[in-house]
Amino acid sequence: MSRFIERHPVWALIVIIAIAVALWLVFAVWPPGLEEAIGRKRVFLNAVFNGVTLGGLYFLVASGFTLIFGLMRNVNLAHGSLYLFGGYVGYAISTATGSWLLSFILAFLLTALVGVLLQVIVFRRMEGQDLRQTMVTIGLSIVFADLMLWACGGDFYQIQTPSWLVGPMDLPLITAVKSSGEPVYLRYPVVRLVIFAASVVIGVGMWLALNRTRIGMIIRAGVDDRDMLAATGVRIQLVFVLVFAFGAGLAGIAGVVGGTFQSLSPGEDIRFLLASLVVVIVGGMGSIPGAALGALIIGLAEQLGSVYIPTYAIVVTFLIMVLVLAIRPQGLLARR
Amino acid sequence: MSKCSVGLLALSSLFLSGAAIAQEKIKVGVTATLEGTYTVLGEDGMRGHQTALNVLGKKIGNKELEFIVASTDATPDSAVRAVRKLIEQDKVQILLSPLSGDEGIAVKNFAKTHPELTFINAASGAQETTYVDPAPNFFRYNMDGAQWQVGLGKYAYDEKKYRKIATVGEDYSFIYTQVFGLVLEFCGAGGQVTNRQWVPLGTKDFASVIAALPDDVDAIYLGLGGADAVNFLNQYQQAGGKAHLMGGSIMIDQTILSSKGNAKNALIGTIAASGQADTWEDPGWQKFVKAYQDAFPPNKRFPSPSLLATNYYGSTMALILALREVNGDLSDNQSKFRTALAKIELDAPNGKIKLDSNRQAIGTNFVTEVVDDGKGALFSKVVKVIPNVNQTLGYDAAVFSKIGLPSRSVPECKKY
Repeated sequence: MSRFIERHPVWALIVIIAIAVALWLVFAVWPPGLEEAIGRKRVFLNAVFNGVTLGGLYFLVASGFTLIFGLMRNVNLAHGSLYLFGGYVGYAISTATGSWLLSFILAFLLTALVGVLLQVIVFRRMEGQDLRQTMVTIGLSIVFADLMLWACGGDFYQIQTPSWLVGPMDLPLITAVKSSGEPVYLRYPVVRLVIFAASVVIGVGMWLALNRTRIGMIIRAGVDDRDMLAATGVRIQLVFVLVFAFGAGLAGIAGVVGGTFQSLSPGEDIRFLLASLVVVIVGGMGSIPGAALGALIIGLAEQLGSVYIPTYAIVVTFLIMVLVLAIRPQGLLARR
Repeated sequence: MSKCSVGLLALSSLFLSGAAIAQEKIKVGVTATLEGTYTVLGEDGMRGHQTALNVLGKKIGNKELEFIVASTDATPDSAVRAVRKLIEQDKVQILLSPLSGDEGIAVKNFAKTHPELTFINAASGAQETTYVDPAPNFFRYNMDGAQWQVGLGKYAYDEKKYRKIATVGEDYSFIYTQVFGLVLEFCGAGGQVTNRQWVPLGTKDFASVIAALPDDVDAIYLGLGGADAVNFLNQYQQAGGKAHLMGGSIMIDQTILSSKGNAKNALIGTIAASGQADTWEDPGWQKFVKAYQDAFPPNKRFPSPSLLATNYYGSTMALILALREVNGDLSDNQSKFRTALAKIELDAPNGKIKLDSNRQAIGTNFVTEVVDDGKGALFSKVVKVIPNVNQTLGYDAAVFSKIGLPSRSVPECKKY
């Protein structure tokens, strides 16, 4: 951090000012002039919170994607199908048992199982052949999409939010002050906050596991030099299967999350595949902190865009991707 | 020996194909949104189509109808691609297409490049399709989005006493047309539309849109459909939304009212207008509902047909009845068939339908209110039935043309 400030004093100053302005926008009571210029503070705060929570969901999908890519150099374009599959499993479990939490566990396990099968049956057979893997996974994603359409139909499914998560709560952030002097607090859906907290916990957990544990060390070593790691006697194929299972399981969990606060239907697989591709390209292929940053940026861009420039909201995401590709093609937080 | 059997086989296949030619077929291409945001709408449209075939049969004199289905995703280019494939590869002679608003405008324009074929609109409802520069071979037996809103504005103003409303709608031609119809009538009655928000078709995360809804209005009008509508309602419930709602024709529809989950309960009591009402007493409508219910097992259909099923039913009915009238004669660039189509008066389930000079339907409209049937299923209940709604919504043609074409900001909120 201090090295960054020493090396780029101007950039550091700009970043600090930007953070200060953002904090002021969030915490201060807006003066009337500002409200007239860019709308009510409630709308702004909601958009920011929504962007952050949506980023949480994108992170869950994209982190599995980037982890698999980082270690195995597999571009798994069937990742979106794993997301949708997890969502459908979660829906089936939660309607059958009425338990929201159980649906997460089973969705994780079943999608992880599909991931294991994919790795063992498909990817192991064509290791190192990027193009072939990519084509096969595109094919698989189409087959999966049709199978799921056949099994579940084109209907929209929503996973029932447990009753303790339905509705909004007041956050200690003042959005406006009434004429009587009474402050108005921000009301925000509880379920989105919980989901965001969960994705932060998963993200931090993954970072710790990668940086502080033995298996994490093996995975990091594998990312750097796969052949050398195999030569030291590590059972690299087992590591691959485990990582693939975990990455797929995360997509499954994300499916349950997405099914809870949005909905599940055919086409969602492609949407989330696209979202995770954009997130990973912006953040840097193979980097977990990169996926977190990319997810945050894309989530915020989508939500702020949908409020302040609704007509062009879709373009914003891709503009960001184009900018990143032009200025820093390896991604914002990529190491190489 | 083997040579002999091969020869026999070849001979018999020749004979069989000869027989197939003798039993002449009329090929009809059908498109529906079987992918993307509007998948459920497309599926129910096809159920309506199938119901019509069950009721009317596929025989035209000694010819038989053959249907070839192609899928679209509600974008105009997907519709044109599907129609082109049906014409060029499958050699269809008649098209029953398309389902969604933007698709309709694109297919109408495409129809002009194939003057020898006939296009029957399946369900699309953008005004422009038949109002601006209509194609002579494009027929629409359902009303457009503005016609489907007739009655709603007045009912909201007079009965519900709403004075100020805001709208949220998907950003494309059909919803423009719906909002056009609503604004014209509501503002004409003296109401105010303070804010019109447009979201891209296929929006999943509505949280920010919901946060930006104004507080100081009496009701919020929702012009959404398919997955978008379900997502909106789900997130609206999570955000603790409490405003009065008003709905467009594909918002208050079985495609949404029978979606899974309990977010749809926010719609109970919502007023809406559409080309049909689920609980209409009319015997023709009840007969259609029965035919629809009998055609599919309960878990493969909605409790009651959606607007899309009704529209596909109506357009398929027009196709079959007109073909029967000319006994399947498609000679002379289908001119006899077209004359029959233009003249036909449909006794459709949702009221009598006839065409105007632009080949656009004049029909019956319904103002409805959403009710719970006591067992957790939601239906739209008839509040008011308005017969003979034409495309200019009862306005003089000259006055109507001054209003302008439906868009994000047209019409202005004033009395025309």
